Amino acid sequence: MKEEIIIAGFGGQGVLSMGKILAYAGLMDNLEVTWMPSYGPEQRGGTANVTVILSDAPISSPVLRTYDTAVLLNQQSLDKFESRIKPGGTLIYDTYSIHHRPTRTDITLVPVDAMEATFELGNSKAYNMVLLGALIKVRPLVGVEAVMRGLKKTLPERHHHLLPLNKEAILKGMTLPKE
Amino acid sequence: MQNEEICLMKGNEAIAHAAVRYGVDGYFGYPITPQSEILETLEALMPWQTTGMVVLQAESEVAAINMVYGGASTGKAVMTSSSSPGVSLKQEGISYIAAGELPALIINCMRGGPGLGTIQPSQADYFQAVKGGGHGDYRLIVLAPASVQEMADFVGLGFDLAFKYRNPVMMLADGVVGQMMEKVVLPPARPRRTDAEIAEQCPWAVTGRRKGEAPHVMTTLELDPQKMELNNLRLQQTYRRIAENEVRFEEFMTDDAEWLVVAFGCVARICQKAIEEARANGVKVGLLRPITLWPFPEKEIARLSRQVKGILVVELNAGQMIEDVRLSLDERVPVRHFGRTGGIVMDPDEVSVALTSLINEINL
Repeated sequence: MKEEIIIAGFGGQGVLSMGKILAYAGLMDNLEVTWMPSYGPEQRGGTANVTVILSDAPISSPVLRTYDTAVLLNQQSLDKFESRIKPGGTLIYDTYSIHHRPTRTDITLVPVDAMEATFELGNSKAYNMVLLGALIKVRPLVGVEAVMRGLKKTLPERHHHLLPLNKEAILKGMTLPKE
Repeated sequence: MQNEEICLMKGNEAIAHAAVRYGVDGYFGYPITPQSEILETLEALMPWQTTGMVVLQAESEVAAINMVYGGASTGKAVMTSSSSPGVSLKQEGISYIAAGELPALIINCMRGGPGLGTIQPSQADYFQAVKGGGHGDYRLIVLAPASVQEMADFVGLGFDLAFKYRNPVMMLADGVVGQMMEKVVLPPARPRRTDAEIAEQCPWAVTGRRKGEAPHVMTTLELDPQKMELNNLRLQQTYRRIAENEVRFEEFMTDDAEWLVVAFGCVARICQKAIEEARANGVKVGLLRPITLWPFPEKEIARLSRQVKGILVVELNAGQMIEDVRLSLDERVPVRHFGRTGGIVMDPDEVSVALTSLINEINL
């Protein structure tokens, strides 16, 4: 098993932390993982992306041209990465902020209204966890419990009271992808 | 922090943890992207409360390297880290440390140059690290990590080599291995050496004159050319011993290779993916990854040059290590270069294209 994933959106949307929690979840499930962020003068409102690879064998390149799965959260990211998804791959995108919809017919398109679902939860910071829920529903690479253990590892203890909210967000996200 | 715990962290963070666990006495640095997490993590770990390690943000890179010079003179295990423009500033101090025959670890987490350049990954400081960025005939032992695990491991290895040969070691990393997170098993924690242990292991160290003993003098100034030549000859003798004993490299699928890729650091892993794909198509390609850039794995390149039809050197620069590959050849096989510069990191597909073009050039 090897899954090469790109997560891209605006800085401040929790793109890097979503990738980090996914990587930690992989670690909990004894997978090999790499997490390679775009780094630099990124800021709230700019673009940010992260490449996460989960594999049951050692990982060679942390840098990729094409991906099995993409989670794209804004138009710029869709324009940049849609063509770089492998044929047969999966594209999860947020319909709230992406208006020019993807046109590929050789990949699985998974539109989710993650922003709306986040509003319903009442905490905008849970947005990335909603998307992570959608991702692990469509691509069951790691289980919810591994994600929760990963989350516990990445969250500082003073934020551990937010774990139930995050779990709720993940479970909510898992209901979003339509069959 | 338990021993043998598997952690997930950035390469820069792994260096900081490994330094505390190794029992490093002092870190002196100045922040610069993409390696600032080394200093940040050390500050967060607050090792001065546990092992007694000094962590100091100096007023400049020049100050930091001279603090290393001073600390190393007393036999302490001291280190600094920076990124390309900052490492240029340190070059005078590095030359002094090499001339003083002092152990120290210097980390360069390379970014794109020349000049202030970019903060994105690069390998354009190969010449500077391997050929001597400062003045005079000196060599650094240069280690090139390709993973977060090696970022952690090479702290200990670097200090072991530095003390064994009394010579500064440079870890030549880059923005990719510095910023990426991977699994890492941190080395077991051990206490810092005591003053008595340092006095015993480093009889040359400047630790305060004892009664009846001649003073230890640490200077790199020698106005008598006869004596200065002897100093140089002694250094060259050390470099020969290092070259004989410390060459490190890794081979991947070279046994039956007809084509060879030579790459170091993160680029070797990018190439490995391209090679996996080429192998799946029946193309016999292998990879040689120099782990020590100096001493360079000359013998292995020579041996492989008798075996393969062509060599592709892939680097994040305009062609630097390729010179050492060419100098090492035994057979005059074609050697081609593929590089990206300015902070652009090539992807595996670009390496595949370069490889195909080498094969076509020679087979057609």
